Amino acid sequence: MTQTVFAPWNDPDAKPLIEFKGVTKAFGDFVAIDDLSLDIFEQEFFALLGPSGCGKTTMMRMLAGFESVTSGSILLAGKDIGPVPPNKRAVNMMFQSYALFPHLTIWDNIAFGLRRGNASKDEIANRVEDMLRLTRLTKFARRKPHQISGGQRQRVALARSLAKAPKLLLLDEPLGALDKKLRQDTQFELMDIQEKTGTTFVIVTHDQEEAMTVASRVAVMDEGKLIQVSTPDVIYEAPNSVYVADFIGDVNIIEGAAAQEGESVSISWAEGQPPIRARSTRSLTPGQKVHFAIRPEKLSITAERPAEAANAVTGKVLDIAYLGNISTYHVELPSGDVLKAQSANTRRIARRSFTWEDTVWLSWTETAGVVLEQ
Amino acid sequence: MRRFSWFNATSLTLGFAFLYLPMVILVIYSFNASKLVTVWAGFSTKWYAELIRNEAFLDAAWVTLRVAVFSSTLATILGTMAAYVLVRANRFPGRTLFSGMIYAPLVMPEVITGLSLLLLFIGIGLDRGVLTIVLAHTTFSMCYVSVVVSSRLTSFDKSLEEAAQDLGCSPFDAFRLVTLPIIAPAVISGWLLAFTLSLDDLVIASFAAGPSSTTLPIKIFSAVRLGVSPEINALSTIMIAIVTVGVISASLISKRAAVRQEAETRNAERG
Amino acid sequence: MRRLILIAVPYLWLLALFLVPFLIVLKISLSDIALSIPPYTPQLDLSEGWAGFRAFLSGLDFENFAFLTTDDLYWKAYLSSLQIALLSTVMTLLCGFPIAYGIARAPHEWRPTLLMLVILPFWTSFLIRVYAWMGILNTEGLLNQFLLFLGVISEPLTILNTNTAVYIGIVYTYLPFMILPIYAALEKMDESLLEAAEDLGCSRVSAFWLVTVPLSKSGIVAGCFLVFIPALGEFVIPSLLGGSQTLMIGKVLWEEFFSNRDWPVASAVAIVLLLILIVPIILFQRNQQLQREAEG
Repeated sequence: MTQTVFAPWNDPDAKPLIEFKGVTKAFGDFVAIDDLSLDIFEQEFFALLGPSGCGKTTMMRMLAGFESVTSGSILLAGKDIGPVPPNKRAVNMMFQSYALFPHLTIWDNIAFGLRRGNASKDEIANRVEDMLRLTRLTKFARRKPHQISGGQRQRVALARSLAKAPKLLLLDEPLGALDKKLRQDTQFELMDIQEKTGTTFVIVTHDQEEAMTVASRVAVMDEGKLIQVSTPDVIYEAPNSVYVADFIGDVNIIEGAAAQEGESVSISWAEGQPPIRARSTRSLTPGQKVHFAIRPEKLSITAERPAEAANAVTGKVLDIAYLGNISTYHVELPSGDVLKAQSANTRRIARRSFTWEDTVWLSWTETAGVVLEQ
Repeated sequence: MRRFSWFNATSLTLGFAFLYLPMVILVIYSFNASKLVTVWAGFSTKWYAELIRNEAFLDAAWVTLRVAVFSSTLATILGTMAAYVLVRANRFPGRTLFSGMIYAPLVMPEVITGLSLLLLFIGIGLDRGVLTIVLAHTTFSMCYVSVVVSSRLTSFDKSLEEAAQDLGCSPFDAFRLVTLPIIAPAVISGWLLAFTLSLDDLVIASFAAGPSSTTLPIKIFSAVRLGVSPEINALSTIMIAIVTVGVISASLISKRAAVRQEAETRNAERG
Repeated sequence: MRRLILIAVPYLWLLALFLVPFLIVLKISLSDIALSIPPYTPQLDLSEGWAGFRAFLSGLDFENFAFLTTDDLYWKAYLSSLQIALLSTVMTLLCGFPIAYGIARAPHEWRPTLLMLVILPFWTSFLIRVYAWMGILNTEGLLNQFLLFLGVISEPLTILNTNTAVYIGIVYTYLPFMILPIYAALEKMDESLLEAAEDLGCSRVSAFWLVTVPLSKSGIVAGCFLVFIPALGEFVIPSLLGGSQTLMIGKVLWEEFFSNRDWPVASAVAIVLLLILIVPIILFQRNQQLQREAEG
C-alpha cells in the first residue's frame, strides 16, 4: 500500500510559496531577525515556535507588511513583497487579540475585507455565509463581538481572515486566549479548516504542544535565528541541539566524552559507570565533549537488571509525580545525577510496583537517545 | 453591603450643600416678584418675560451660539488631528514644540491668552468680530479636545487598525472606518467640552470681540458689575437648567449603554 | 503626504495662533508706549531692510520691567495674587479632601451619582457661579439676613468687595478641580491596605495618616496645582467679588490694557506672570509624569 506523503520540502523541484532570503531586521541596535533564510511551501501548516522575544512575531509582521526588512528580501510566489503595503498583499492575518471591530456585527466583521475589493453585494453575501457555515457561526451573524464567547470570537477572527481567500494566512498565537480544553478542541478545528480550504497557514506560538499538534513543519527559533526546521516527529525524536531537545518536551541530558566506532558511539559520563552506548551518523573526534539526550518515556524502569539491555544504570527512586495516565519517576544515580523515567499507569495506583527509596534499574536501547554536539 | 459612615455622610452633605446652595438660591430668586433681589415678594415669572423682550441679550445669545458651534466644530477637527499626531507619530521634527503647544494653553492664564491673541489680530490688521472670537476659542479649546481624544487613543488597541489595513484598507480608510467610529464617544465629549468652554468664556472673548460682536458672557459681566439683577437671575436659571438636563441625560444614556453591554458580555460568556 | 497634512494643519494653527501671539507679547513688552496706532514704538519696518531691523532691535529695552519694580502697585499685586492663590488652594484642599474621601468610600452604587454631582458645576457657566455669590454675600444678602436672624451678629458684615469674598469665590469655583484628582487617587487605593495597617497595630487615625494620605499624594498634588495655577491669574472672581483694594495681577493686567491703554506695560505684566507660573507648571507636569510612570 503506497500513500503519497505531503512533503514538498523534500522535493527539489517544488517551488516554495514564501522565500526568506537572508532577511535581517533590526530595531535600532537590537537585531530581531539575524540573516535568516527559510522556504515555506503551498498548503503547508507551518509553525514558528520559540520563547517570547525570539523574533517569531517579527517574522509574521514582516510577512503581513507591518514591518519592513532591514536587509534581504521576502518573496511571495516568486515576487518580492517588500514594497507592497499591507492592504495590497494577498496575505491575511489573524491577530492575537483577534482585533474584531467592536462597532460592527459578526457578519460585517467577516464582510469587512470583501467590501474593500470589487466584489458585488451577492458575492460578498455568499462568501460571508460560506465562512459562517465553515466556522459554525451562522446563528451569531447579527451579534456584536462583545455578545459572543471567547471561543466564538476566535472563530470570527479566523473566518474574517479567511474570507478573502488569501494565499497565505498568518495566525499570531491564535489559541493563546482560550482555556486548555477549548484550545485542544480548537487545534483540531484549525487543522480541519486548513485542510478544507487548502490555504497555507503560518502559525506563531510559544506552546510546543500546539505546534507539534497542528503543524506539518515546525521551525524552532531563538534570538532571531532558526535552530531547527523539520517535521514534528524529527524535531522530537532527533533534535539537532540541546536547545531544541530541551525546548520540546521533557528530556534527560547527560554530558560526557565520546568515542566512536563506525556509527556506534560510547560516551563516558561518570566514574565507575559503564559508558553509554548510542548511535550517531556524525563523525566525532575521539574524546569530544557531547551531550546525550534521551526522553523519559524511552527509559524502562525495572526492579532487576534486564538481561539484554544495551544500557542499564541503577539508582534510587527520589520522587514520583503521578499524572494520571503516566507517572514520572525521578531516579537518583550513585553519581548524583537525577534521571527522569516515565511509565504508563496500566494498573491501578494501589498496585504500583515502585515506591520512594526503592532501588530500581533504568535501561534503554542503543537508538533510544541522540548524541548532540552542542 | 457598605453604608455611609457618619463622617462621610456629614462631609458629603456639607460639601454638596456648599456646591449647590448658591445655585439653588439663584434659581429661587429668579422667580421673585420684587426688583430688590434680596427681598422675597412672591412668585412671578415676569423677569423671564422681560428677558425674552430684551433684544440686546437675544443678540448676544445668538452671537455666542454661532461662535460656540463654529469654534467647537473646528476645535474638534483640529484637536482630533493633533491627538492622532501626538499618540501615533513618534518622530517628526519639532515634536516637542508641538506637544508643548498642545499642553501650554491648558495652564496659560486666560488674560495672557486673550492679550496675546488681541495683539496678533491688531498686528495683522484683522477686524475684531465673530471671526476673531471663533479663532481664539478654537485655539484654546482644540487643546482640551486633543487631551480628551488622545487619552482615548492611548488605550485604543492598535491591532484593530492593523487588522483593517490587513483586510485591504488604506491607512486613511482604516482611520475612517475603524478608528473614528470607536473613538467617537471621546470625540463627541471633546466637542461638548469645547462647546461649553466657548459658551462660558468671558476673558478671551472680551479681548477678541469687537464692539459689534458682544457675546452673552460679556453682556452678563457688564450687567452684573453694577450689581445683582433679577433678569440675570432668570438668564442664569435658564442656562443652569439646560446644562443640568444635558449632563443628566448624557450620563443616564451612557450608564444604560454600559449596563447593557456588561449584561450582554456576561450572557455571552455563559454561553 | 496625508501624514504631512495631518501634522502640518494643527501644527501651523498653533504656531500662528499660540506661539506667534506670544512672541508678539514678548516683543511689545520690550517696546515703549507711544501716542500712535498701535500705541507702542518701535514698529518693525521691513521696507528699510536690514537697517530697519537693526533700528527696531535697538529700540527694544527692559524699561517696562524696570518700571514694574519701581511702582509698588505691581509687585504688591504679584505678592497678593500669590498669597490669595496659595491660601485659597489650602482652603480648597481642606474642603475638597473630605468630599473626595466621602465619595471614594461611599457605597458602590452611589458613586457615579455623587461624581456626577461634582462634575455638573464644571459644565455650568463659571461666570454664573461667581455671580450667584454676589446675591448671597451682599450687606443685605442672604448670608447676613440669616446670621442676623440667628442673632450671631447684630450688624450686617461687609463681605462682598473684600478679599474674603475672593477666597470664597475661588474655593467655590475650583472645588471640583480639587475633588476629582483626589477621588481618582483614593478610588484606586486597595482598601485591604487599611485593614493590613490596622492589623499591624495602627489606630484608624494613624492608618489614615500613614497609608491613605501618602497614597493619595499624587492626587492631592495634582489638585493643588489645578487650583493654584488658574487662581494666580484669575480675573473674574476678584473683579466681581473683590473690592477696589483687592489686588490681583489678572485684574491689574486687564485694567492696564483696557483702561490705561498701556500695551507695553500690560505685556510686561503678562511676561512676569508667566515667569512666575513656569515653576508650578513644571512641577505639575513632573507630578503627572511620575503618576503615569507609577501606573505603568
